[in-house]
Amino acid sequence: MWELDANRPIYLQIAERLELAICSGVYQPGERIPSVRDLAAQAGVNPNTMQRALTELERKNVVVTFRTNGRTVTEDKGMIKETRNALAREQVHEFLEKMKEMGFEKEEIIALLTEEGNKDQSMA
Amino acid sequence: MEDLIMINGLSYSYGKGHGKNALQNVQLGLSAGKVIGILGPNGSGKTTLIKLLNGLLVPTEGEILIDGHNPGKYTKGVVSYLPERTYLQAGKTVGQMLEYFSDFYQDFSVERARVMLESLGIKESEPLKTLSKGTREKIQLILVMSREAKVYILDEPIAGVDPAARNYIIRTIIQNYNEDAVVLLATHLIADVEAILDEVIFIKDGRIVLQSTVEDIREQQGKSVDAYFREVFVC
Repeated sequence: MWELDANRPIYLQIAERLELAICSGVYQPGERIPSVRDLAAQAGVNPNTMQRALTELERKNVVVTFRTNGRTVTEDKGMIKETRNALAREQVHEFLEKMKEMGFEKEEIIALLTEEGNKDQSMA
Repeated sequence: MEDLIMINGLSYSYGKGHGKNALQNVQLGLSAGKVIGILGPNGSGKTTLIKLLNGLLVPTEGEILIDGHNPGKYTKGVVSYLPERTYLQAGKTVGQMLEYFSDFYQDFSVERARVMLESLGIKESEPLKTLSKGTREKIQLILVMSREAKVYILDEPIAGVDPAARNYIIRTIIQNYNEDAVVLLATHLIADVEAILDEVIFIKDGRIVLQSTVEDIREQQGKSVDAYFREVFVC
Protein backbone atom coordinates (compact mmCIF):
# COMPACT_ATOMS: atom_id res chain seq x y z
CA MET A 1 0.00 0.00 0.00
CA TRP A 2 1.30 3.44 -0.86
CA GLU A 3 1.06 6.36 1.55
CA LEU A 4 -1.44 8.70 -0.10
CA ASP A 5 -2.93 11.99 0.99
CA ALA A 6 -6.71 11.58 0.85
CA ASN A 7 -7.20 15.35 0.53
CA ARG A 8 -5.62 15.58 -2.94
CA PRO A 9 -6.75 13.83 -6.13
CA ILE A 10 -5.34 10.31 -5.82
CA TYR A 11 -4.61 9.82 -9.53
CA LEU A 12 -2.22 12.79 -9.57
CA GLN A 13 -0.31 11.47 -6.58
CA ILE A 14 -0.01 8.06 -8.21
CA ALA A 15 1.16 9.59 -11.49
CA GLU A 16 3.84 11.46 -9.51
CA ARG A 17 4.92 8.28 -7.74
CA LEU A 18 5.20 6.38 -11.01
CA GLU A 19 7.11 9.22 -12.64
CA LEU A 20 9.56 9.15 -9.76
CA ALA A 21 9.93 5.36 -10.07
CA ILE A 22 10.71 5.78 -13.78
CA CYS A 23 13.17 8.65 -13.22
CA SER A 24 15.01 6.77 -10.49
CA GLY A 25 15.30 3.66 -12.64
CA VAL A 26 12.93 1.35 -10.74
CA TYR A 27 11.36 0.91 -14.17
CA GLN A 28 14.02 1.06 -16.89
CA PRO A 29 13.58 2.71 -20.32
CA GLY A 30 11.61 0.34 -22.55
CA GLU A 31 10.68 -1.90 -19.62
CA ARG A 32 7.18 -3.28 -19.47
CA ILE A 33 5.23 -2.03 -16.50
CA PRO A 34 2.85 -4.24 -14.50
CA SER A 35 -0.83 -4.45 -15.41
CA VAL A 36 -3.29 -1.85 -14.18
CA ARG A 37 -4.86 -4.38 -11.84
CA ASP A 38 -1.52 -5.42 -10.30
CA LEU A 39 -0.33 -1.85 -9.87
CA ALA A 40 -3.70 -0.91 -8.34
CA ALA A 41 -3.41 -3.77 -5.86
CA GLN A 42 0.18 -2.78 -4.97
CA ALA A 43 -0.87 0.80 -4.35
CA GLY A 44 -4.16 -0.11 -2.67
CA VAL A 45 -6.21 2.02 -5.05
CA ASN A 46 -9.11 1.56 -7.41
CA PRO A 47 -8.10 0.20 -10.87
CA ASN A 48 -9.96 3.08 -12.58
CA THR A 49 -7.84 5.54 -10.60
CA MET A 50 -4.65 3.71 -11.63
CA GLN A 51 -5.84 3.76 -15.25
CA ARG A 52 -6.35 7.49 -15.01
CA ALA A 53 -2.83 7.99 -13.61
CA LEU A 54 -1.36 5.93 -16.44
CA THR A 55 -3.36 7.88 -19.02
CA GLU A 56 -1.80 11.02 -17.53
CA LEU A 57 1.69 9.54 -18.02
CA GLU A 58 0.78 8.51 -21.57
CA ARG A 59 -0.29 12.04 -22.30
CA LYS A 60 3.15 13.19 -21.18
CA ASN A 61 4.72 10.42 -23.32
CA VAL A 62 6.55 9.01 -20.30
CA VAL A 63 4.86 5.67 -20.87
CA VAL A 64 3.85 4.21 -24.21
CA THR A 65 1.05 1.78 -24.93
CA PHE A 66 1.32 -0.80 -27.66
CA ARG A 67 -1.80 -2.48 -28.80
CA THR A 68 -0.25 -5.93 -28.55
CA ASN A 69 2.46 -5.57 -25.96
CA GLY A 70 0.91 -3.77 -23.01
CA ARG A 71 2.42 -0.67 -21.55
CA THR A 72 6.11 0.16 -21.39
CA VAL A 73 8.34 2.98 -20.18
CA THR A 74 9.42 5.23 -23.05
CA GLU A 75 12.76 4.34 -24.66
CA ASP A 76 13.48 8.02 -25.09
CA LYS A 77 16.16 8.59 -22.44
CA GLY A 78 16.20 12.32 -23.20
CA MET A 79 12.53 12.46 -22.26
CA ILE A 80 13.16 10.65 -18.97
CA LYS A 81 16.00 13.03 -18.20
CA GLU A 82 13.73 15.98 -18.91
CA THR A 83 11.04 14.58 -16.62
CA ARG A 84 13.65 14.04 -13.92
CA ASN A 85 14.80 17.64 -14.25
CA ALA A 86 11.20 18.87 -14.10
CA LEU A 87 10.61 16.91 -10.86
CA ALA A 88 13.83 18.32 -9.41
CA ARG A 89 12.82 21.85 -10.35
CA GLU A 90 9.47 21.42 -8.59
CA GLN A 91 11.28 20.34 -5.43
CA VAL A 92 13.63 23.31 -5.63
CA HIS A 93 10.75 25.74 -6.08
CA GLU A 94 8.94 24.32 -3.08
CA PHE A 95 12.13 24.63 -1.06
CA LEU A 96 12.73 28.20 -2.17
CA GLU A 97 9.16 29.18 -1.29
CA LYS A 98 9.63 27.92 2.25
CA MET A 99 13.00 29.59 2.63
CA LYS A 100 11.56 32.91 1.45
CA GLU A 101 8.72 32.55 3.95
CA MET A 102 11.37 32.27 6.64
CA GLY A 103 12.99 35.43 5.29
CA PHE A 104 16.17 33.98 3.79
CA GLU A 105 18.00 35.86 1.03
CA LYS A 106 19.44 34.22 -2.06
CA GLU A 107 23.05 34.40 -0.86
CA GLU A 108 22.20 32.94 2.52
CA ILE A 109 20.34 30.07 0.88
CA ILE A 110 23.26 29.26 -1.41
CA ALA A 111 25.69 29.38 1.50
CA LEU A 112 23.48 27.06 3.55
CA LEU A 113 23.09 24.65 0.64
CA THR A 114 26.85 24.49 0.12
CA GLU A 115 27.53 23.98 3.80
CA GLU A 116 24.88 21.26 4.31
CA GLY A 117 25.73 19.64 0.98
CA ASN A 118 29.36 19.27 2.09
CA LYS A 119 28.25 17.68 5.36
CA ASP A 120 26.17 15.16 3.43
CA GLN A 121 29.13 14.27 1.25
CA SER A 122 31.50 13.76 4.17
CA MET A 123 28.96 11.38 5.74
CA ALA A 124 28.71 9.36 2.53
CA MET B 1 -24.10 2.57 -19.75
CA GLU B 2 -27.29 1.09 -18.39
CA ASP B 3 -27.43 0.65 -14.65
CA LEU B 4 -26.76 -2.84 -13.39
CA ILE B 5 -28.72 -2.15 -10.22
CA MET B 6 -31.81 0.03 -10.25
CA ILE B 7 -33.65 0.96 -7.08
CA ASN B 8 -36.94 2.82 -7.35
CA GLY B 9 -38.90 4.32 -4.46
CA LEU B 10 -37.61 1.70 -2.06
CA SER B 11 -38.93 1.79 1.49
CA TYR B 12 -38.74 -0.70 4.26
CA SER B 13 -40.15 -0.65 7.75
CA TYR B 14 -39.71 -3.23 10.48
CA GLY B 15 -43.06 -4.08 12.01
CA LYS B 16 -46.40 -3.36 10.35
CA GLY B 17 -48.11 0.01 10.24
CA HIS B 18 -46.53 1.94 13.06
CA GLY B 19 -43.09 0.34 12.65
CA LYS B 20 -39.83 2.23 12.29
CA ASN B 21 -38.92 3.26 8.75
CA ALA B 22 -35.48 1.75 8.17
CA LEU B 23 -35.37 2.99 4.57
CA GLN B 24 -37.44 5.75 2.99
CA ASN B 25 -38.00 6.30 -0.71
CA VAL B 26 -34.52 5.29 -1.85
CA GLN B 27 -33.74 6.06 -5.47
CA LEU B 28 -30.43 4.74 -6.86
CA GLY B 29 -28.80 3.68 -10.11
CA LEU B 30 -25.51 1.78 -9.87
CA SER B 31 -23.50 1.13 -13.00
CA ALA B 32 -21.11 -1.71 -13.83
CA GLY B 33 -17.34 -1.43 -13.47
CA LYS B 34 -17.49 0.65 -10.30
CA VAL B 35 -16.47 0.17 -6.70
CA ILE B 36 -19.09 1.94 -4.63
CA GLY B 37 -18.94 2.67 -0.93
CA ILE B 38 -22.17 2.62 1.04
CA LEU B 39 -21.27 4.81 3.95
CA GLY B 40 -23.29 5.66 6.97
CA PRO B 41 -23.19 5.49 10.73
CA ASN B 42 -24.51 2.53 12.68
CA GLY B 43 -28.27 2.22 12.32
CA SER B 44 -28.46 4.38 9.18
CA GLY B 45 -29.99 1.62 7.04
CA LYS B 46 -26.90 0.16 5.33
CA THR B 47 -27.52 -3.39 6.41
CA THR B 48 -31.25 -3.15 5.67
CA LEU B 49 -30.42 -2.04 2.12
CA ILE B 50 -27.97 -4.93 1.73
CA LYS B 51 -30.49 -7.44 3.03
CA LEU B 52 -33.07 -6.14 0.56
CA LEU B 53 -30.56 -6.42 -2.30
CA ASN B 54 -29.91 -10.03 -1.31
CA GLY B 55 -33.59 -10.89 -1.09
CA LEU B 56 -33.37 -11.55 2.64
CA LEU B 57 -36.03 -8.90 3.24
CA VAL B 58 -38.97 -7.95 1.02
CA PRO B 59 -39.53 -4.24 0.28
CA THR B 60 -42.46 -2.56 2.02
CA GLU B 61 -42.70 -0.30 -1.02
CA GLY B 62 -40.81 0.19 -4.27
CA GLU B 63 -38.63 -2.09 -6.32
CA ILE B 64 -35.08 -3.38 -6.80
CA LEU B 65 -33.84 -4.62 -10.16
CA ILE B 66 -30.47 -6.37 -10.40
CA ASP B 67 -29.48 -7.12 -13.99
CA GLY B 68 -33.19 -6.71 -14.80
CA HIS B 69 -34.48 -9.08 -12.12
CA ASN B 70 -36.05 -8.66 -8.69
CA PRO B 71 -33.95 -10.23 -5.91
CA GLY B 72 -34.58 -13.96 -5.97
CA LYS B 73 -33.31 -17.15 -7.52
CA TYR B 74 -31.71 -15.50 -10.58
CA THR B 75 -29.99 -12.73 -8.62
CA LYS B 76 -28.51 -15.20 -6.11
CA GLY B 77 -26.62 -16.66 -9.07
CA VAL B 78 -25.06 -13.31 -10.00
CA VAL B 79 -24.63 -11.65 -6.60
CA SER B 80 -21.67 -12.64 -4.46
CA TYR B 81 -22.37 -11.65 -0.88
CA LEU B 82 -20.05 -11.33 2.08
CA PRO B 83 -22.28 -10.94 5.13
CA GLU B 84 -21.17 -9.12 8.23
CA ARG B 85 -21.30 -12.38 10.16
CA THR B 86 -19.67 -15.58 9.07
CA TYR B 87 -21.60 -18.37 7.44
CA LEU B 88 -18.68 -20.78 7.40
CA GLN B 89 -19.57 -23.94 9.25
CA ALA B 90 -16.99 -24.54 11.98
CA GLY B 91 -17.27 -28.32 11.71
CA LYS B 92 -16.21 -28.38 8.03
CA THR B 93 -12.75 -28.34 6.49
CA VAL B 94 -11.50 -25.69 4.09
CA GLY B 95 -11.72 -28.25 1.26
CA GLN B 96 -15.35 -29.03 2.09
CA MET B 97 -16.19 -25.32 1.86
CA LEU B 98 -14.56 -25.22 -1.59
CA GLU B 99 -16.73 -28.15 -2.68
CA TYR B 100 -19.81 -26.53 -1.24
CA PHE B 101 -19.14 -23.31 -3.16
CA SER B 102 -18.48 -25.11 -6.46
CA ASP B 103 -21.68 -27.12 -6.10
CA PHE B 104 -23.70 -24.07 -5.23
CA TYR B 105 -22.34 -21.41 -7.61
CA GLN B 106 -21.72 -22.03 -11.30
CA ASP B 107 -19.50 -18.96 -11.50
CA PHE B 108 -17.15 -20.15 -8.73
CA SER B 109 -13.52 -20.68 -9.76
CA VAL B 110 -11.98 -23.40 -7.58
CA GLU B 111 -8.56 -22.79 -9.14
CA ARG B 112 -8.58 -19.13 -8.24
CA ALA B 113 -9.58 -19.89 -4.66
CA ARG B 114 -6.88 -22.58 -4.38
CA VAL B 115 -4.15 -20.22 -5.58
CA MET B 116 -5.16 -17.65 -2.95
CA LEU B 117 -5.45 -20.20 -0.14
CA GLU B 118 -2.07 -21.65 -1.05
CA SER B 119 -0.44 -18.22 -1.02
CA LEU B 120 -1.63 -17.89 2.58
CA GLY B 121 -0.37 -21.36 3.44
CA ILE B 122 -3.86 -22.63 4.27
CA LYS B 123 -4.32 -26.38 3.81
CA GLU B 124 -7.58 -27.79 2.47
CA SER B 125 -7.55 -30.54 5.08
CA GLU B 126 -7.71 -28.04 7.91
CA PRO B 127 -10.96 -27.88 9.90
CA LEU B 128 -12.24 -24.31 10.12
CA LYS B 129 -12.56 -24.46 13.88
CA THR B 130 -8.77 -24.77 14.29
CA LEU B 131 -8.13 -21.52 12.39
CA SER B 132 -7.97 -18.02 13.86
CA LYS B 133 -10.81 -15.53 13.42
CA GLY B 134 -8.65 -13.43 11.06
CA THR B 135 -7.83 -16.44 8.89
CA ARG B 136 -11.49 -17.46 8.72
CA GLU B 137 -12.41 -13.97 7.56
CA LYS B 138 -9.76 -14.13 4.84
CA ILE B 139 -11.08 -17.54 3.71
CA GLN B 140 -14.60 -16.23 3.51
CA LEU B 141 -13.47 -13.25 1.43
CA ILE B 142 -11.47 -15.57 -0.86
CA LEU B 143 -14.58 -17.68 -1.43
CA VAL B 144 -16.72 -14.64 -2.20
CA MET B 145 -14.13 -13.04 -4.52
CA SER B 146 -13.50 -16.30 -6.41
CA ARG B 147 -16.87 -16.00 -8.09
CA GLU B 148 -17.17 -14.34 -11.50
CA ALA B 149 -20.17 -12.42 -10.24
CA LYS B 150 -21.94 -9.38 -11.65
CA VAL B 151 -22.40 -7.85 -8.22
CA TYR B 152 -20.22 -8.19 -5.14
CA ILE B 153 -21.78 -7.02 -1.90
CA LEU B 154 -19.33 -6.80 0.96
CA ASP B 155 -20.77 -5.87 4.35
CA GLU B 156 -18.09 -4.45 6.66
CA PRO B 157 -15.29 -6.57 5.16
CA ILE B 158 -12.53 -4.92 7.20
CA ALA B 159 -14.22 -4.39 10.54
CA GLY B 160 -12.32 -5.96 13.39
CA VAL B 161 -9.23 -7.15 11.50
CA ASP B 162 -5.64 -6.05 12.10
CA PRO B 163 -3.93 -3.61 9.67
CA ALA B 164 -1.95 -6.32 7.85
CA ALA B 165 -5.10 -8.38 7.28
CA ARG B 166 -6.90 -5.22 6.20
CA ASN B 167 -4.28 -4.61 3.47
CA TYR B 168 -4.59 -8.23 2.37
CA ILE B 169 -8.37 -7.90 2.13
CA ILE B 170 -8.19 -4.65 0.14
CA ARG B 171 -5.65 -6.13 -2.30
CA THR B 172 -7.74 -9.27 -2.71
CA ILE B 173 -10.82 -7.23 -3.56
CA ILE B 174 -8.93 -5.13 -6.14
CA GLN B 175 -7.26 -8.09 -7.78
CA ASN B 176 -10.29 -10.31 -8.11
CA TYR B 177 -13.47 -8.46 -8.87
CA ASN B 178 -14.83 -8.94 -12.32
CA GLU B 179 -14.21 -5.81 -14.42
CA ASP B 180 -17.81 -5.59 -15.59
CA ALA B 181 -19.17 -6.02 -12.10
CA VAL B 182 -20.25 -3.56 -9.49
CA VAL B 183 -18.68 -3.85 -6.04
CA LEU B 184 -20.72 -2.51 -3.13
CA LEU B 185 -18.73 -1.98 0.00
CA ALA B 186 -20.65 -1.08 3.13
CA THR B 187 -18.51 0.28 5.91
CA HIS B 188 -18.10 2.96 8.52
CA LEU B 189 -14.27 2.75 8.27
CA ILE B 190 -14.03 5.27 5.46
CA ALA B 191 -10.39 6.33 5.71
CA ASP B 192 -9.30 2.72 5.20
CA VAL B 193 -11.22 2.17 1.99
CA GLU B 194 -11.60 5.53 0.30
CA ALA B 195 -8.63 5.02 -2.05
CA ILE B 196 -10.31 2.01 -3.65
CA LEU B 197 -13.72 3.63 -4.21
CA ASP B 198 -15.05 5.18 -7.43
CA GLU B 199 -18.26 6.45 -5.90
CA VAL B 200 -19.79 6.93 -2.51
CA ILE B 201 -23.33 6.86 -1.27
CA PHE B 202 -24.00 8.56 2.07
CA ILE B 203 -26.96 7.12 3.90
CA LYS B 204 -28.51 8.79 6.91
CA ASP B 205 -31.67 7.91 8.82
CA GLY B 206 -32.80 5.63 6.01
CA ARG B 207 -32.38 8.20 3.25
CA ILE B 208 -29.72 8.69 0.61
CA VAL B 209 -28.21 12.10 1.28
CA LEU B 210 -25.43 12.01 -1.33
CA GLN B 211 -24.26 10.03 -4.33
CA SER B 212 -21.00 11.30 -5.81
CA THR B 213 -17.70 10.23 -7.28
CA VAL B 214 -14.88 10.41 -4.75
CA GLU B 215 -12.74 12.59 -7.03
CA ASP B 216 -15.61 15.11 -7.22
CA ILE B 217 -15.65 15.30 -3.43
CA ARG B 218 -11.88 15.80 -3.30
CA GLU B 219 -11.92 18.42 -6.06
CA GLN B 220 -15.07 20.32 -5.08
CA GLN B 221 -14.79 20.12 -1.31
CA GLY B 222 -10.98 20.09 -1.20
CA LYS B 223 -11.05 17.42 1.46
CA SER B 224 -11.03 13.67 1.88
CA VAL B 225 -14.22 11.63 1.79
CA ASP B 226 -13.57 10.78 5.42
CA ALA B 227 -13.37 14.47 6.41
CA TYR B 228 -16.46 15.30 4.35
CA PHE B 229 -18.36 12.42 5.92
CA ARG B 230 -17.56 13.74 9.40
CA GLU B 231 -18.97 17.09 8.31
CA VAL B 232 -22.21 15.68 6.89
CA PHE B 233 -22.76 13.34 9.83
CA VAL B 234 -21.67 15.70 12.58
CA CYS B 235 -23.02 14.48 15.91
